[in-house]
Amino acid sequence: MSQLLLFNVFNGLIIGAFYALMALGLSLILNLSGVINFAHGGFLAIGGYLAYTVAPYLGFWGALVASPFLVALIGILIERVLVRRLYGRDPLYSLLLTFGLAFMIEDGTRFIWGAQSLPYQIPSSLAAPLSTEFFFLTGYRVFMMALVAAAVLGLFLILNYTRLGLRIRAGTLDLETVSVLGVNVRALRSVNFGLGIYLAGLAGVLAVGMLGLQPTVGDNLIMPSFIAIIVGGLGSLPGTLLGGLMIGVASGVTSVYFPSASEAVMYVMMAAVLIVRPRGLLGEEGRF
Amino acid sequence: MPKFDKRAADVLVWTLLLTAPFWLPMSGSYVELGSRVVIYALAAMALNFLLGYTGVLSFGHAAYFGLGGYGTAMTIKFLYPSTPVAMVVGIVVGTVAAAIIGPMIVRLRGVYFAMCTIAFGQVFYYIAFQWSSVTGGDDGLSAWERQPINLGFTSLDILHDNKSFYYFVLAVFAVSVGIMAFLLRSPFGRTLLAIRENERRARFLGIPVDRHIWMSWVISCFFVSVAGCLYALLSDFIDPRAIRWDQSGTFVIMTVLGGMRSFWGPLIGAAIFLVLEDYISSHTENWMSFIGLFFVLIVLFFPRGVLGIIQRKAAP
Repeated sequence: MSQLLLFNVFNGLIIGAFYALMALGLSLILNLSGVINFAHGGFLAIGGYLAYTVAPYLGFWGALVASPFLVALIGILIERVLVRRLYGRDPLYSLLLTFGLAFMIEDGTRFIWGAQSLPYQIPSSLAAPLSTEFFFLTGYRVFMMALVAAAVLGLFLILNYTRLGLRIRAGTLDLETVSVLGVNVRALRSVNFGLGIYLAGLAGVLAVGMLGLQPTVGDNLIMPSFIAIIVGGLGSLPGTLLGGLMIGVASGVTSVYFPSASEAVMYVMMAAVLIVRPRGLLGEEGRF
Repeated sequence: MPKFDKRAADVLVWTLLLTAPFWLPMSGSYVELGSRVVIYALAAMALNFLLGYTGVLSFGHAAYFGLGGYGTAMTIKFLYPSTPVAMVVGIVVGTVAAAIIGPMIVRLRGVYFAMCTIAFGQVFYYIAFQWSSVTGGDDGLSAWERQPINLGFTSLDILHDNKSFYYFVLAVFAVSVGIMAFLLRSPFGRTLLAIRENERRARFLGIPVDRHIWMSWVISCFFVSVAGCLYALLSDFIDPRAIRWDQSGTFVIMTVLGGMRSFWGPLIGAAIFLVLEDYISSHTENWMSFIGLFFVLIVLFFPRGVLGIIQRKAAP
């Protein structure tokens, strides 16, 4: 029993790491630009499919590096052409735009790569279990956890110790003042959007090794990411990280005892947070 | 002069709706499409009560639409084969769910409100999807039929006669829309407008803003569940896709397309959207891309909607 519990806690941590990776990207974009990117799951799917396409040429490791960058480029392009026009307008419009984009991306990936689930080969050095007793600890899963941790660490280092990060954090608090101080806010938002999409792409490459590739792969990850943001608190990236891991572990643990309630427990947590602390666990007072 | 225009618009809308079963087949269409338009129009107008007239952004209305539909379908299939009873059950289920969720979200504003409505909406999607022993899961709930309505002196056979089903839908639509128009003209409706225009000022005037938003939310969800009941009856079928987030997005885009600040806007939006969807999905498999493109184009080039543009042109 304890092994089963451990297995599910670990599973929950992995899933939670995905939620957190998705949600951090969403949060970055939401905090600086006030846009809920509903197409985030779509970008995740693109990340997976691009990795599938370039892997024969670049190998697994090459795809892991290249695909998120390509997705980020697509993201920046979309931001420049479409999303940018809606800054400062009612959030209604940017939401509808990203809704439309989500439709188009899902259908587009189905058109290009087909509706069937595609297999994604991971290196055999990563596929083997690390020990016979803890069969669930495959190299790939541990590697995934390490990579997500590295990505999150990298993000926080960028935000805290680089000029770009400083500007993003400042812009989150007061974009107008940052603009008056001579920062090119348009470029800042573009880069920030790209950074958020990069995280989605990275999550996509990692996810397909575990979940397989289909056009709707992002669909099951986007709602939990929303919940992670709401639970963690809007405007707080550490909160988002915490929220993602918490709901991941909670649904992992729940699936030991009530498998069918593993989705529901996330919503229960969200409801509880909204009742007790509407701004979220680490959210700022009065931001929304 | 504007008053006359408004009355003329009302007359025009009702004339078109009442005669639809006669001119729809002539224009190469069919009566079911008319029923669909009226049902979706009711849902979009109900959403507009909240979105356009209270200024609150909900992206989760499909949940209450779907709950109304599932309530109706399950009542007829498992409990009691009567259309009116089933509809009452569906409406009560949808409205009660909205009333319970309401207090958790009315304190939030803007994008945060939108996000929470989306997330809460998905709860019901997962329930409908996973509880397959009761809801039929992904396959939906079929093998039941809407029942003829017994009016005492005569029986309305809405099952076999498309036209009488259309008029039944239209009657429900008329009553619902009438109540919404009445509410919007009442002091309560004016208060909602005040909240939309300037929430802080409304608060300083002593208006309990959160409570009013909750009431507007519940009223809006009530009428959306009415539309959901009719939707399930339309094809004697309901599946989880009626609850999914893309359905909520459809309601919002219809409202925006027609014009958020006008009473009949969502009706026009629903008509344009559904006719277009009907046309596109019969010509290409990739209709989802076109619908998505449609969303993008409306947002970029048409944010005021059809009626918004007409009104703007008419103004000096």
